[in-house]
Amino acid sequence: MTTKLMGTAVQRVEDQRFLRGEGRYVDDIAVDGRTLHAAVLRSPHAHARIIDIDVDEVLDLDGVHAVWTYDDLTGPMAEPLPLLIPHPALTHGRTQYALARDEVNYVGEAIAFVVADDRYVAEDAVGLIKVSYEFLKPVVGIDNARAAQHLVHEDVPGNIGARLEQNVGDAPTAIAAAPHRLELDLTVERSACMPMEGRGTVARWDADINRLQVWTSTQTSTGVRAAVAVKLGLDLGQVDVITPDVGGGFGVKIVHPWPEELLVPLAARALGRTVKFTEDRREHFISSAHERGQVHHVEVGFDDDGRLCGLDVEFWHDHGAYSPYGLIVPIITSTQLLGPYKPNNYRVVFESLYTNTVMVTPYRGAGRPQGCYTMERTMDAIAAYLGKDRAEVRAVNFIQPDEFPFDQGLIFQDGRELEYDSGDYPASLEKIKALVGWDEFPAYQAEMAAVGRKVGIGLACYVEGTGVGPYEGAHVHIETSGKVKVATGLTTQGQGHATVFAQLVADELGCRFEDIEVVTGDTRRMPYAVGTFASRAAVMSGSAIHLAAKRAKEKVLRIAADALEADESDLEIIAGVVSVKGSPGSSIDLGTVAVLSNPLRYAFDEASQAATQFSVGDPGKAPVPEDEEPGLEGKDFYSPERATFASGMHAVIVETDPLTAEITILKYAVVHDCGHLINPMIVEGQIHGGVAQGIGGALYERMAYDESGQLLNASFMDFLMPYVTEVPDGIDIDHLETPSPLNPLGIKGAGEAGVIPSAAVFASAIEDAEGFPITAMPISPSELFALRQQRAEEKS
Amino acid sequence: MKPAPFAYRRPDTLQQALADLAGEPDAKVLAGGQSLVPLLSMRLAAPALLVDINGLPGLAEIVVTDAGVRVGALARHADVLSSSEARRVQPLLAMALQHVAHATIRNRGTTVGSIVHADAAAEMPVVLTLLGGSVDVESTAGPRTIPAEELFLGPLESSLRPDEIALSAYFPALPEGAGVAFDEIARRHGDYALCGVAALVRLEGDRVVEARAGYVSVNELPTVLDLTADLAGVVDEASLAASAETAVAQLEPDGDIHATPEYRAQLVRVLTSRVLRAAYEDACERNAR
Ligand SMILES: Cc1cc2nc3c(=O)[nH]c(=O)nc-3n(C[C@H](O)[C@H](O)[C@H](O)COP(=O)(O)OP(=O)(O)OC[C@H]3O[C@@H](n4cnc5c(N)ncnc54)[C@H](O)[C@@H]3O)c2cc1C
Repeated sequence: MTTKLMGTAVQRVEDQRFLRGEGRYVDDIAVDGRTLHAAVLRSPHAHARIIDIDVDEVLDLDGVHAVWTYDDLTGPMAEPLPLLIPHPALTHGRTQYALARDEVNYVGEAIAFVVADDRYVAEDAVGLIKVSYEFLKPVVGIDNARAAQHLVHEDVPGNIGARLEQNVGDAPTAIAAAPHRLELDLTVERSACMPMEGRGTVARWDADINRLQVWTSTQTSTGVRAAVAVKLGLDLGQVDVITPDVGGGFGVKIVHPWPEELLVPLAARALGRTVKFTEDRREHFISSAHERGQVHHVEVGFDDDGRLCGLDVEFWHDHGAYSPYGLIVPIITSTQLLGPYKPNNYRVVFESLYTNTVMVTPYRGAGRPQGCYTMERTMDAIAAYLGKDRAEVRAVNFIQPDEFPFDQGLIFQDGRELEYDSGDYPASLEKIKALVGWDEFPAYQAEMAAVGRKVGIGLACYVEGTGVGPYEGAHVHIETSGKVKVATGLTTQGQGHATVFAQLVADELGCRFEDIEVVTGDTRRMPYAVGTFASRAAVMSGSAIHLAAKRAKEKVLRIAADALEADESDLEIIAGVVSVKGSPGSSIDLGTVAVLSNPLRYAFDEASQAATQFSVGDPGKAPVPEDEEPGLEGKDFYSPERATFASGMHAVIVETDPLTAEITILKYAVVHDCGHLINPMIVEGQIHGGVAQGIGGALYERMAYDESGQLLNASFMDFLMPYVTEVPDGIDIDHLETPSPLNPLGIKGAGEAGVIPSAAVFASAIEDAEGFPITAMPISPSELFALRQQRAEEKS
Repeated sequence: MKPAPFAYRRPDTLQQALADLAGEPDAKVLAGGQSLVPLLSMRLAAPALLVDINGLPGLAEIVVTDAGVRVGALARHADVLSSSEARRVQPLLAMALQHVAHATIRNRGTTVGSIVHADAAAEMPVVLTLLGGSVDVESTAGPRTIPAEELFLGPLESSLRPDEIALSAYFPALPEGAGVAFDEIARRHGDYALCGVAALVRLEGDRVVEARAGYVSVNELPTVLDLTADLAGVVDEASLAASAETAVAQLEPDGDIHATPEYRAQLVRVLTSRVLRAAYEDACERNAR
């Protein structure tokens, strides 16, 4: 038998290319000098009515080909952009226009679109457009949105886009009757995905065949395709959307269509030229999407052991100016907040509020970091109140291994029940405690205190619903060369899909790993797909690829059995050769099977001669048997009933400087359970990246809006993404593998996990070091210093 | 993020470069480009002409004598940092340069460019001021020397005229009996400091006879304080604390999105006493040799 590749740390096939600078991103497409370049005039004001736009001077500028404003848009292009995920509770959903019609609602909103010979001229042209505005009062921050003295959208009372409540049992009554009660107010600031590659789109209209080709840096090529077709009045069959290498997405690129994803194709068709838009960093800050900003109020009732009697959470979600992605983020917070715990009685209600800031859509973790932070802060507060060990309080609330499947009684982001499929939380807790040295820490802390040093330990647990539907599909094609071409429709942003998907195919089909080529995100190869988000690629496309490879294999065996005059059950495929078990002389390679699968009239080479009409086939039978198709292919789709729930626990030890309030990470430990691992190295890479991003969100990043809605830190100089020097060079990782019963491989998603508990775990550790509650994250040394001073003042 | 149109010249003689500058009032010198190019790209600066001085001969030199270190206009931060001669004569240069940006930026950015750029968040303007150095400049009207205390006028504003090229910066050697130290606190490694302090302490025998500290990122200008009186001859907890309080009181630090004024004051306090002590220890060590 061959060794299985599933579960082994196969080197990434992508890395040679990436590390040599041979990746091809959207901006590397169409670099021929004839391509036209677009730039966008963006609103410098957070809230204003547009009185007039004067583009006269622009048209006189040498090298400018066209300029569009709202008035130039017609038909579906003149309608608001789609509200992608409607929800009955989203009573006041609002989306922007591709170009602002008569009002701008955030600094950065697109107003005019210029196409010129190059980006330099396009930017010169943008500078010549004159817009007169009537200023409206900007609404910035959750407090102002709630106060609703001013409205973002005139027709949205109270700035409330949605209000959603869910109940399990009767939390208020249970809390009132509980032996102990606590209330907490917890805040999380805004951050953003910040992929190294921003948004970008290239489009080419081929007038000879009436066909549009679009390359775009997206997490959903099929979504963009459908949107472009609808907005430009084209048939789906006229539009190809191709996703080349993508330099990170983290959620922001699941939003579609971005205005530029429509305007670039529109301009390409109108001008008959290839047109390109490449977003710059400032644009990414002010005109893509942010996330995380929420304020939570918790009421909790519990018994002497810290066991929850009831949990009542009310929170306010800052939605920014528009709500194209519906209520996904706050729904995820409201449901995934429960983590590995049984609340017994739970009430959650949120309001989604408009503000005059960049819109909010999912960012890696998508509402879970806020939920985890809220729940875990509550656990720590209960432990502090009862004087108990924080790990113990968590343990008494865990769902136990024999309670799965466990129905939390809520409706999840996919419209289905929040039912956990499997997990082993007590085992995870034991592992994380051992990994971080939980039980030994108090002695260490005392030792440090004796020499004037402050250290603290934090713990945070999460559960993550991964692999949401509706479906993904895959196509596996064995060529006559023996090469295996695999296509799945969702897109890749650097995760290593070409490696892990090939591992699955090699295992199932028995072909050589090196002979497999994986293509993602190309609608020409797989037009039915959903996209890459919600830690779903491995679960959804991985399962679909496994099933498609299985179908291909079945066909291989049928044809090979015929050719080798053997029984299918006696055949095995190893390294691309089908042979009769025990008699290796009797064999046929996959390429030859592919030749035989496609009866030919014409030969093109030696190999194909074997399939021509005078060489093969029973003259008494149809060349292609009934129920068969020519070619050696397998295609299948995977559509699970519901999400599968991964889980994990993080622990961190920090040191806080008694004088400067600088926060240093001494140790970071992760226990992670995403079911069976396809490639442990890649999973660990996902965890490393997630932890790094989480450190950014917890200790460095924020969107510094002033009261007029200007983003003060819209550059990498002042928006502090961690460098590699800010991330600990060792992250201790331990895996637990609790397989999912919901898919054929027993896998769960791993993409977002690393970032989910960051705010929670750092708040926990800093609180432990400082001895006072941490209720707002992220936290900087300056803020920690202010808290110390406030504390000192309160004491004196 | 593309610059507005500009003309570009890369002369290969100083005379030509000075003539180019004299001929266009809206011209800018381009050295390492690490500060200017981002400003151009963000269209915060839009000069009509860039005069690239990277083709000029003889400006990359670092000339070290026992009296001091003269750094040519095309010497990169990395060159100065790795010059063991410069480090011997004036150790503060390397101590501060380690904190200037990251290796890739130090490979291109020039020390002279950093000084005439006159950013109060930059390390080298403070070092020059603390050491009482100067900058040699030239225009078609002739050469002149600008002492550090006359160089910095405001945020990103130096007393260089637009038609002048800075040819070198001069850092006097460490005086007899003196020690130096530098430390800063930044949000991330290599970032501009939230607060940085350079200090020079000079001893005669056991007594401190001179103690001065320069401050990075605290006010709109590079500021140097004379703290000799506060130390009153000795370095101990009390005298360091007194110096730190004087520094806080005199500087009244500014706030920004990364640090409140109170927090920055705390950093001034902590770093003043930390760096003065280190400079004192450096002096003791040198005197013991
Ligand atoms: C990411 C990043 C981080 C950084 N961090 C730091 C930091 O922590 N500390 C720090 O001090 N600096 C930092 N810098 C700036 C860096 O040190 C620059 O190299 C320096 O500020 C300017 O030197 P330059 O040679 O690049 O000058 P340029 O960018 O070429 O020019 C800067 C200005 O000085 C003028 N100029 C330059 N040379 C001359 C001359 N010889 N005569 C007349 N005028 C001249 C130019 O006209 C321009 O106005 C950072 C830069 C970046 C990009």
